[in-house]
Amino acid sequence: MALEDLCHFRDIFQEDITTERFSMPFELKEAGLSFTNNRNLLHFYIPEVEYLDESPIQFGQINLMQSASAISSQESPSAFPLPTNLPFTSSQTVPLPFPMAHGTTTLAFMFQGGVLAAADTRSSCSGLVACPASQKILPIHSHLVGTTSGTSADCMLWKRILARELRLYQLRHSRRLSTRGAAKLLSHMLHPFKGTELCVAATLCGWDGGELEDECHDHEESAGTTKTQKPDLGMTVGPSQGSSFTPQDSSRKARLSGPRLFYVCSDGTRLEGMLFSVGSGSPYAYSILDQGVRWGLTVEEATSVAREAVYRATHRDAYSGNFVDVFHITSKGWTRRKREDLKEEYYREKERQRLERKTQHDILRANTSSRHKPS
Amino acid sequence: MEYLIGIQGPDFVLVAADNVAASSIIQMKHDYDKMFKLSEKILLLCVGEAGDTVQFAEYIQKNVQLYKMRNGYELSPTAAANFTRKNLADYLRSRTPYHVNLLLAGYDEAEGPGLFYMDYLSSLAKAPFAAHGYGAKRFILNLPSFTVRLIDKDGIHDMEKLTLSGEMARPMKATFYPAA
Repeated sequence: MALEDLCHFRDIFQEDITTERFSMPFELKEAGLSFTNNRNLLHFYIPEVEYLDESPIQFGQINLMQSASAISSQESPSAFPLPTNLPFTSSQTVPLPFPMAHGTTTLAFMFQGGVLAAADTRSSCSGLVACPASQKILPIHSHLVGTTSGTSADCMLWKRILARELRLYQLRHSRRLSTRGAAKLLSHMLHPFKGTELCVAATLCGWDGGELEDECHDHEESAGTTKTQKPDLGMTVGPSQGSSFTPQDSSRKARLSGPRLFYVCSDGTRLEGMLFSVGSGSPYAYSILDQGVRWGLTVEEATSVAREAVYRATHRDAYSGNFVDVFHITSKGWTRRKREDLKEEYYREKERQRLERKTQHDILRANTSSRHKPS
Repeated sequence: MEYLIGIQGPDFVLVAADNVAASSIIQMKHDYDKMFKLSEKILLLCVGEAGDTVQFAEYIQKNVQLYKMRNGYELSPTAAANFTRKNLADYLRSRTPYHVNLLLAGYDEAEGPGLFYMDYLSSLAKAPFAAHGYGAKRFILNLPSFTVRLIDKDGIHDMEKLTLSGEMARPMKATFYPAA
């Protein structure tokens, strides 16, 4: 695989096996489970378990210094290139209330006009902002977009790998893999790394199309704008099409096509849903989304709800901030809204509040003065 | 806290599971189905660690279906339960043990209804009633609804979704006291 040739990971791993554990390679070869033959398409470097027992980076835990010193004492016998200069968190004495997994705010939801994905742009690294203008929503192909949360490098790499695999699938089978299939593929690719430090929490937002793509799109649009609650996709397209397809056939195809939203996490979770928010700012975003998102929103309303949710999350969460990106996925593909600075949004809101208070004050003063006028 | 319960009757098995898919402090889904259909009359209920549940349950599901395709007839619940336990045991002392707690419920023509309790340490027990509650690091008790299913000689039946309103009593009465 190109990745292994580039990084030479496999060579280092094999050497370690032969020097440290004598029985292991024999067992592996006997069982036929040597890492070369295991998965032809995807063989990756899988680290030893002992290395994983002591995590060198305990984010926010109190016994950070103890674990670090323990690891440095074990360094000499091990042949692994353990990182010596670890970025320790500045707040070592304060334990976090819950595991602060991903310092970001990303959200995505489905509505009648497709799928909307929004995210902030702050990349943080142990208490400082590493990049205020990073991109957390990465397009994978023309009709699939993924929001990323967790380790930026892991997310970017795995999105590229997913894009490659989806493109290969498209070339081999002359059709795009569905969003559900892409989610399952990503989940199974991440499974060997469960228990390691790999941290990827992505929502895949896509529009599945079929041969009936154009006709579905027309019916979806006309049906979507008139209905205010979630339509049964099987019913909108089926009977009105007629022609060469049986009603069952076309309704099945209609169910298979349309907007889709999946949440995939490196711990193995894979969920389908209508609304997801991921990251440290997600509780704040959820509060705005749970009250504002309905199936019948227009594109403008949905965009404003998404922007508001990200803005509120960045206002309170220290690990989210700077800008907001909004992507909209329809049957025609994804479109991207211009990146917006939330600092300006904050000042605009302050200005609005000031004007409101001023007008209220004026009205109050006008009322009291009119009452005092002689009748 | 994820919750499973199963009750075996004279000619049926009733199973219920909660509908929450949670991730630390956030409930990500309120309508998540934890039951996996192994065959026409066997259900596997699975709770435990995040990715392990779906991965293991789908593995068992596909293998049971493969058996049917190869041999032309379905595995009995006892055989399916023992197959599941064997897989759990094989992976237990490997580098990737599956941390899952299972209930397997099924109806067999010869043996009648059966409910099997399985642990992440690959214990197996046939029991008239059984339950699982997954002790997560953080105790989240917010179970607004349950999925309930019944297995009898005619197959798997979906029952009305139980919610924490006054409607809870109705489906239970219909099952246990048919004369009332």
